[in-house]
Amino acid sequence: MSNASLDAIAAKSDQPFPGAPNNWRRFFSFSTDHKVIGIQYMVTAFVFFLIGGLLAMVMRGELITPEADLVDRTVYNALFTMHGTIMLFMWTFPMLNGLSNYLVPLMIGARDMAFPRLNAAAFWLVPVFGTLLMASFFVPGGPSQSGWWAYPPVSLQNPTGNLINGQVLWLLAVALSGVSSIMGAVNFVTTIFRMRAPGMGWFRMPAFCWTVLSAQMIQLFGLPSLTAGAVMLLLDLTAGTSFFDPAKGGDPVLYQHFFWFYSHPAVYVIILPIFGTFSEVFPVYARKPLFGYRFVVVSSVIITVLSAMVWVHHMFASGTPSWMRMLFMFSTMLISVPTGVKVFAWVATVWGGKLRLDTPMLFALGGLVCFLFAGITGVMLGAVPFDIHVNNTYFVVGHFHYVIYGATVMGIYAAIYHWFPKMTGHMYYEGLGKLHFALTFIGVNLNFFPMHPLGLMGMPRRVSSYDPEFAYWNVIASLGGFLLGVSTLPFILNIVSSWVLGKRAPANPWNAIGLEWLIPSPPPVENFEEIPIVVSGPYGYGSNESLVSNNPAGELISEHS
Amino acid sequence: MSTANLDPTLNAHSVHAAEHEEEDHRMFGFIVFLLSESVIFLSFFVGYTVYKTNITDWLPSGVEGLEVREPLINTIVLVSSSFVIYFAERFLHKENLWGFRAFWLLTMAMGSFFLYGQAVEWMGLPFGFTDGVFGGTFYLLTGFHGLHVMTGVLLQGIMLGRSFLPNNYAGGEFGVAATSLFWHFVDVIWIILFILIYVWQ
Repeated sequence: MSNASLDAIAAKSDQPFPGAPNNWRRFFSFSTDHKVIGIQYMVTAFVFFLIGGLLAMVMRGELITPEADLVDRTVYNALFTMHGTIMLFMWTFPMLNGLSNYLVPLMIGARDMAFPRLNAAAFWLVPVFGTLLMASFFVPGGPSQSGWWAYPPVSLQNPTGNLINGQVLWLLAVALSGVSSIMGAVNFVTTIFRMRAPGMGWFRMPAFCWTVLSAQMIQLFGLPSLTAGAVMLLLDLTAGTSFFDPAKGGDPVLYQHFFWFYSHPAVYVIILPIFGTFSEVFPVYARKPLFGYRFVVVSSVIITVLSAMVWVHHMFASGTPSWMRMLFMFSTMLISVPTGVKVFAWVATVWGGKLRLDTPMLFALGGLVCFLFAGITGVMLGAVPFDIHVNNTYFVVGHFHYVIYGATVMGIYAAIYHWFPKMTGHMYYEGLGKLHFALTFIGVNLNFFPMHPLGLMGMPRRVSSYDPEFAYWNVIASLGGFLLGVSTLPFILNIVSSWVLGKRAPANPWNAIGLEWLIPSPPPVENFEEIPIVVSGPYGYGSNESLVSNNPAGELISEHS
Repeated sequence: MSTANLDPTLNAHSVHAAEHEEEDHRMFGFIVFLLSESVIFLSFFVGYTVYKTNITDWLPSGVEGLEVREPLINTIVLVSSSFVIYFAERFLHKENLWGFRAFWLLTMAMGSFFLYGQAVEWMGLPFGFTDGVFGGTFYLLTGFHGLHVMTGVLLQGIMLGRSFLPNNYAGGEFGVAATSLFWHFVDVIWIILFILIYVWQ
């Protein structure tokens, strides 16, 4: 045995986990460990969630009375523009990227992502474009006022005449966020295709990884179209071209195509990992295998493909020819089929199960209920005559907030609570978690349900003053909004205090099945002492077969029953 | 821990295997990236086609059409360079480093010739970037492609430099293969672009 090998063994026993997992300083450093990057993503995203939420509460404060008395109209325009932009580009995308970053390598039995340095670079772009976006509050004229979709010719207006204005900073931030997301997507796709542990065939991969793969495929093939549109809009604004300026022969509707070709599928980038979370959470807390695993997986792939064929439903009222409306109405409604398959699979998973109503399960169930409601209003909006009737009213706002807050944010909370013991090595406080769920669920419904009757009555979106006949539902919505703001407090308290003081979590506190539960909490650097050899499918609840044939943690394999 | 794992030769072997695997990941990732990149070009192409078919006064006033002769020469040079770079790679596989360098340098020269030809063409054109939608799309498409050619030549320069480092060409193969793939990609994009802009007038 050579001296070098002996030294290596000595070094290893001195320092079992190089860069010890609980050293908090590493969360503020440039790290290439996917787990550190994952948590960096999630914490950064949450900070932006709070900022975006505060902007929303100022809006709800404005809307509590029919008069525009709290902020002036330009500020209100900036508020809804920045709220939408922050919540999509700075909260949901980075949050889900963080979650996927943390979980995917663990779930597929890899030591890290395929390109660790690229991974870190993609993360560190987030604070950069976040700062860029926030800087727009401080330039003359303030941030962009043209809504998160930045339709020209509104977005081409530059009242201050400055070269650096809110809209330009907005476009630069969005383009940079695209670069970061594509870097992330290349990494995820490569990791999932190439780095699965031996024995983990495609149909032994957890549903969560399938949904991440599907979502990242959308990023890869949809995002470049938004980037192309953003570059052309930026040139129109700064270099004097006329791609989208109708006054100079340009075509503003083409921008809408570029924009929605990505931005509609983007909703699946957001919701697919949430579907994955539901598919992971329900079997654990119902103690049953995921019903119709293969159908759940295949439906994700079908949703991915269909997602690229529905974007025009955002443009039913943009002078779109009738034949095209019919075509896209059909494709839009078709998406409800694979989605319905998933919903039925979850219901069947939970059906007759011995339910354990811990916080993650509550959030998953609450998210599912909201998603069902959003799905129903989604099919309604897919119908051209109905869409034309409620176009640009609060009905649309209510629909997508049920998707984004009701299903997505609650799904994110479900994921955070479910994997919190794994990520931190500490248990969260169940009582605070349940309080958090109750406030959130009530808040979501108080805030977003009233938007549907408001929309049907004809209240337009993006206005700071309205007819007094809309006041009743607006007051309820505003109270719900403030409640949602309050609901984050027990969450923050729970996460911070249990991370510091919470009782130690075992490797597998939920008695769940999955590679991530076979290693210590928190997982060591490089995750697995020994790369696991997978010998069965991911949801063998109630069966006695073991998931792996070796022991990835270097300990005895725990028995599942 | 078994003693077998501590055998230095075995370790060296597994390190080599891991490096090889890493190289495969990189190539896979690079192809995925190129697929994504092609969607940006596709978007620009779609935009160009929509404008061309919808706008009635498409060309700026006083402009009859585009001269095809010089871009055609440029096209021939760029397309040929795809074959030259293929032979350069073949030489590398046969471990003929000087053959590789000669053909690699020739590719760089052809890429640079293309860029020079495009610059000359741009300077002689009677319309600018802000002359209507036609001017905008023309310079956007050719410029964005030109940026890719420039990146390709730059990457080729780096690979050529690396070929002179001692013992490098075990680690440099991925770089060469990826650069070469990128070059073919740039070439295919140009063929579509040439047909779209110069042939379909």
